[in-house]
Amino acid sequence: MSRWLERFRPYLMVAPAIIVFVLFFIYPIGYMIYLSFHEWDFISPDKQFVGLDNFAGLSEHPEFLKSLENTFVFTFFSVGITTVLALLLALWINRPTRFYGFVQGAVFSPHIISLVSIAMLWMWLMDPQYGLLNWGLEMFGLPQSQWLASPETALYSIILVAIWKSIGFNTLIIIAGLQSIPPHLYEAAALDQSSRFTSFAKITFPMISPTLFFLIIMNLIGSFQVFETIDIMTQGGPLQSTNTLVYYIYEYGFRFFQLGYASSAGVILLIVLSILTVLYFFLMSKRVHYQ
Amino acid sequence: MAEIRFENVKKTYGEDTIISDMNMTIKDGSFTVIVGPSGCGKSTTLRMIAGLETQTEGNIYIGDRLVNDVSPGKRNVSMVFQNYALYPTMSVKGNIEFGLKNRKVQKAERQKLIEEVAEIVGLTPYLNKKPQKLSGGQRQRVALARAMVKKPDVFILDEPLSNLDAKLRQQMRSELVQLHAKLGTTFVYVTHDQVEAMSMGDEIVLLDQGEIMQMAPPLDLYNYPANRFTAQFIGTPPMNLVSVDQLPSAGFREKAVEQIGFRPEKAKLRHFPGNDQFSMPCTILNRETLGSEIIYQLDTFAGKLYAKTFNEPVVDDEQLFVSVNNEDIYYFKENGRCIAPYFNRETPIKVRSTV
Repeated sequence: MSRWLERFRPYLMVAPAIIVFVLFFIYPIGYMIYLSFHEWDFISPDKQFVGLDNFAGLSEHPEFLKSLENTFVFTFFSVGITTVLALLLALWINRPTRFYGFVQGAVFSPHIISLVSIAMLWMWLMDPQYGLLNWGLEMFGLPQSQWLASPETALYSIILVAIWKSIGFNTLIIIAGLQSIPPHLYEAAALDQSSRFTSFAKITFPMISPTLFFLIIMNLIGSFQVFETIDIMTQGGPLQSTNTLVYYIYEYGFRFFQLGYASSAGVILLIVLSILTVLYFFLMSKRVHYQ
Repeated sequence: MAEIRFENVKKTYGEDTIISDMNMTIKDGSFTVIVGPSGCGKSTTLRMIAGLETQTEGNIYIGDRLVNDVSPGKRNVSMVFQNYALYPTMSVKGNIEFGLKNRKVQKAERQKLIEEVAEIVGLTPYLNKKPQKLSGGQRQRVALARAMVKKPDVFILDEPLSNLDAKLRQQMRSELVQLHAKLGTTFVYVTHDQVEAMSMGDEIVLLDQGEIMQMAPPLDLYNYPANRFTAQFIGTPPMNLVSVDQLPSAGFREKAVEQIGFRPEKAKLRHFPGNDQFSMPCTILNRETLGSEIIYQLDTFAGKLYAKTFNEPVVDDEQLFVSVNNEDIYYFKENGRCIAPYFNRETPIKVRSTV
């Protein structure tokens, strides 16, 4: 008896974690893949097997293709601009004085505010008639924008909010990366007559590149799943201009109750995210450790 | 090649004075070691020569050039850092080449210089490796090569051996001395280790609390300490000091002598008082047998004293006398200044005790 217990004790110990993982991660994913080959309306008892029909439907559905395109545009600009701006900001405010400490705190603060509040706040700021942004543009004599109200600018307005929300966190992580660079390296570079630009290109940038890479992959994964801001601010509109992959899945699954169809879109998302994750682990294992 | 001159140099951080009014001339082509306890300002002194710190007051000259406002890269000074500060993202070759590239040296010329120094420090097979693939000793050599390749006027080294193990340190010590002889450049070397200072330097600057205690060649520092601090810092174990108040009779008061001192290696352990002027009864508290030498810790009525013997049989009697030749005794005034042992030799020190 006791030997039996001895042998199975480790399995018993990890069992709770495994059960939760299987029940809430593996099973739903498996069930989603299963559903993607079926047609189901959430209520009827029988699920009709349709093979690859759902995927074929997706590939012909302009709304889906538009949402995919929007997701890529959103991801490209929000991740690209966030990373570049965060790097510049980090280089600027990474100083030990009290003033810069305050700036760091201020830049970080959007990160701790709920995305729902941020979305509401920006909706108000971006209101074409009464919004603060248009008022500001008018004051400087600049042309006003329709912001969320026009299909041309809605997606970029959402991108602006996403950047504003994530830049603080990114900046902080980059600052941590910058601070882990030994100061002696810069002294050695000063004695080597290195210019500021050379020091950045040859020392700073290579030293923080693992940090930047980590941030970019994390931001990519996050951006692909953008949902809350869309749901609150535009509901995918106007004219599908802000419809993204996750919002598309949500609409077809839980508004139109086409579970099988939504699941097949979910599988597409899963594949994209899996590729990013594999890429991340693959490159992380190859990355140079500077110690 | 250049001498380095400090003129009334002062360095403060806020309220704290690190260096107060330093004046010294480091001779051209010398191997000068700056030594002192931690926090004495030796690294600051070094960094001021390199230009990594700016002095609060005073002038620093390298050669004939006043370098107060010259940036580190333009001082023609090379530095070897304590933790080497190699660029981890560059290969060994890249590390050595970096300074040359920034100086816009032509490619063919760079290649020649790199091969030259790599040969000198024995790094030729490792040129394409990254520093983190190398051992501590090899990294040290990369740091040296990077410093040498610029052919600097002044070579400064900040505790370069402290990250190496004891055996390698010994080896690098003699290599550095040979390297200095070969290059003939002015070397300024900072260490907290008096053994390193004594064995490598041909000139030692002893610092304490931002002041130069003494600047002299190693043997002069050992034989003619200017003050109590020098006497106690140089030599292991440190010089024994006995307050004159502890001595039964003496005419030191008039001459303002406060303490007398003698080196442990000059102390003699005897079974009888002997004829020496200084002689005290003692008991052995502790014995460190190091092989060729033995260090005794002695208990006397004047406090604990050290004695050191070379190639002599172990003494293990309980009751002994410690005595010192008159010419081996140093006299210290109240302000800590040493009145050299050559002062007033004929004055007998009657400390023979009856205890």
